[in-house]
Amino acid sequence: MGEITQRKKTACYHCGDLCEGPSIVSDGHDFCCAGCKNVYHILSENNLCDYYNLESAPGIALKNPISKTKFNYLDDENVQKKLIDYADTKIRKTTLFVPVMHCSSCIWLLENLYKLEKGVTHSRVNFLKKTVSITFRTEETSLRKIVELLSALGYEPAINLNDIESQVKKSVNRKLSYQIGVAGFCFGNIMLLSFPEYFGLDQFTKNNFSLLFGYLNMVLALPVFFFSSQDYFKNAIKGLRKNHIGIDVPLALGILVLFLRSSYEVISHSGLGYFDTLAGLIFFLLTGKWFQQKTFDTLSFERDYKSYFPVAVSVLIDGKETTVPVTNLKIGDRIIIRNNELIPADSILMNGEGNVDFSFVTGESAPVTKVSGEIIYAGGRQIGKTIELEICKKVSQSYLTQLWNSEHFAKPSESRITTFQQIVSRYFTFALLFIAIGSAGWWLIFNPVLSLNAFTSVLIIACPCALALSSPFALGTAMRILGRNKFYIKSPEVVEQIAKTNTIVFDKTGTITQPTESSIAFIGDELSNDNKSYIASLTVHSVHPLSKKIYSLLSESNTFDVLNFNEETGKGLEGIVNGTAVKIGSYKYVNENSPQDENNTATKVYVKINADVIGYFIFEHAYRNGLKKLIHELKSTFNLFLLSGDNDKERASMEELFGKNTNLLFNQSPMEKLVFIEQLQKNNKKVMMIGDGLNDAGALRASDLGISVSENTAHFSPASDVIMDASVFEKTNQFINFSVDTTKVIRMSFVISLIYNIIGLSYAVQGNLSPIIAAILMPLSSVSVILFTTVTTMLYAKKNKLK
Amino acid sequence: MSIIYLLLGCSLLMALVFLGAFIWSVRSGQLDDDYTPSVRILFDDIKKKDESSNEKVKNEKTD
Repeated sequence: MGEITQRKKTACYHCGDLCEGPSIVSDGHDFCCAGCKNVYHILSENNLCDYYNLESAPGIALKNPISKTKFNYLDDENVQKKLIDYADTKIRKTTLFVPVMHCSSCIWLLENLYKLEKGVTHSRVNFLKKTVSITFRTEETSLRKIVELLSALGYEPAINLNDIESQVKKSVNRKLSYQIGVAGFCFGNIMLLSFPEYFGLDQFTKNNFSLLFGYLNMVLALPVFFFSSQDYFKNAIKGLRKNHIGIDVPLALGILVLFLRSSYEVISHSGLGYFDTLAGLIFFLLTGKWFQQKTFDTLSFERDYKSYFPVAVSVLIDGKETTVPVTNLKIGDRIIIRNNELIPADSILMNGEGNVDFSFVTGESAPVTKVSGEIIYAGGRQIGKTIELEICKKVSQSYLTQLWNSEHFAKPSESRITTFQQIVSRYFTFALLFIAIGSAGWWLIFNPVLSLNAFTSVLIIACPCALALSSPFALGTAMRILGRNKFYIKSPEVVEQIAKTNTIVFDKTGTITQPTESSIAFIGDELSNDNKSYIASLTVHSVHPLSKKIYSLLSESNTFDVLNFNEETGKGLEGIVNGTAVKIGSYKYVNENSPQDENNTATKVYVKINADVIGYFIFEHAYRNGLKKLIHELKSTFNLFLLSGDNDKERASMEELFGKNTNLLFNQSPMEKLVFIEQLQKNNKKVMMIGDGLNDAGALRASDLGISVSENTAHFSPASDVIMDASVFEKTNQFINFSVDTTKVIRMSFVISLIYNIIGLSYAVQGNLSPIIAAILMPLSSVSVILFTTVTTMLYAKKNKLK
Repeated sequence: MSIIYLLLGCSLLMALVFLGAFIWSVRSGQLDDDYTPSVRILFDDIKKKDESSNEKVKNEKTD
């Protein structure tokens, strides 16, 4: 296998990335880096090249090698206990979250893991949850070895502090499926057994079948009543205890009365009862619940800093490196942070050159240079060489993490949402009881025999089945439509919350600007072709993000070989290109003996050719596509605010965008952002917060509706109600309008179900509700409301130009 | 008309068998993941082809 380097831009056979600079050729395929090539060789040696046949270039780029000691903490028994689902003397089972999994090749490779590691007996992927369940023999392999193998293949499992600290293991809740199954089974059979009565069977046959059918119906209704409908009773009682009347109260009342009256009729031989209505009602209700419950499995809306922080770090104890769980870190501990590792606590840089990427925290992706003695806040990611730090605050007490100690994170986030249904059902219940008691009282005076009959009939017919279905189906459909448009909401109720918004607060960096793209301009005399080539030749060798951006700007130019190439992390590059000395980097690096640059707010990269500084590249944040139009649209209906953690160098351009009258606040700490949102709420504003980094987490939580904008929804987003893919940011106004329309649909369907109720009630108050009317009215109202809400919601989506 | 009793018994029994099948399918986790199996089913073909082609190679070698 001869390896030669080529000078042509080719796509990597493994990961599909365009090779920056020369590609590595091996086995007749091009690879962008040694990491990709290694994975290819591991796979080809094990006859697993089908991986490349299923999808083209399915691999994950492995540009940053993983340090050997990274997963040592997995040998710790206590850590293992938390990650292992099942263990006996011989085998263990574990479920690992692999967020990078993205195609069928990934599934195939992960399920063929046993070919690569003998100890693995079985591995199974759940693609929607992006997890792989692995069973392995403890004698032959260990959890650490498996995780290391996965990481070597590019499928590094995400194991974080949250997995280790959380006490509850997530169990799959299948109860609803059973309840629907049982209700459906009983509903079908009861219907079948009820038809003869409706068609007057006993007139044709001499046997008294209806008695038998009645008893059979009653037996079939027992599991529906005692098993399938139990949650409605539980919720109703729970609500009543808290003095809160929800939709569950009239539902439970209706179900109870249906069952009791039907049983009485069957036992007293006075009729067949309403068991078909009962079973149908519960079947429809449960289906609605299921429809509403289906959420986005892959996305996690409850992530806090623990979901991003590592489980363990390397600590220097008596000059030796030991892996210590992050939670056990003490003030004064010396920690070692390698390339691409996260700094878990506020600490002082002792040794090495810090080049820290705070994009998790602020949304700003350009790394910040830190020198010895400087404090580095937790949440930053070191890029480049290994550094040594001394912890100065505990993990939970850091500048960033102390945000989670605030009261907002103590209470569950669901409680702040009041839905239209909740408001309506309170009035509905009282009105219902009033009518039921009223009609019972009326008949007590005029015809006491009919009194109880009328009372129960009212409760049966007015059972708000259609009303209970309208919200789940409208909101569930809306949630699916929004999901298709990459606007993922935590639960269907959030749609109503979006519709109530009247104030929008934006974060700046990473939210309205694009973290990955910035516009580059060269300030100085226009670059000659020669100079362009010199700069390109130098930057092509650097992996620093700024170098890469400069190279991509100049990639058309020819490149030359570089002599004496030298890169100083966080400072710049130098080398001799074609006999010319070229130096590129920070002001200090390039102008060795000059005073400090007077205006260093913007990111600049200076260029020195031979002895002359010819100018600098200036990097400015690029705003998201369609931002101007979006702000213009939103300005007319909402109060807009801007909260930024940065300094106010961009104030002028922001004022141009948002208008002079908008409140623009700069230099805001995470806590100040939270307090600002609270202030707005005290003025009776319904606040929508749109942010992206962990420093917005407090504001997102405190707001009535938190939206986190994410470049890659599988990777990173702070806890929020909505996760919005960055590519659809410009559609924000459409999403809000659509949500408003959806709440209109709920109100319309509420009117429809009320009309059904009034029709039914007009029979019920007269005391002559026949089973056949109930049996027709209940499914008719349910099905028509379901159809109406789904179709209208979809039409509204079209109106708002959503997919 | 006494045949109706028999038919009734049969139909209920049938329905119960289906209910049992449903409960079994939920219990064995078939409803937990409704996407991956749709991809997985396509792999078997490739694997089998692979094995058979390997066998062919083996056979050729033994010949």
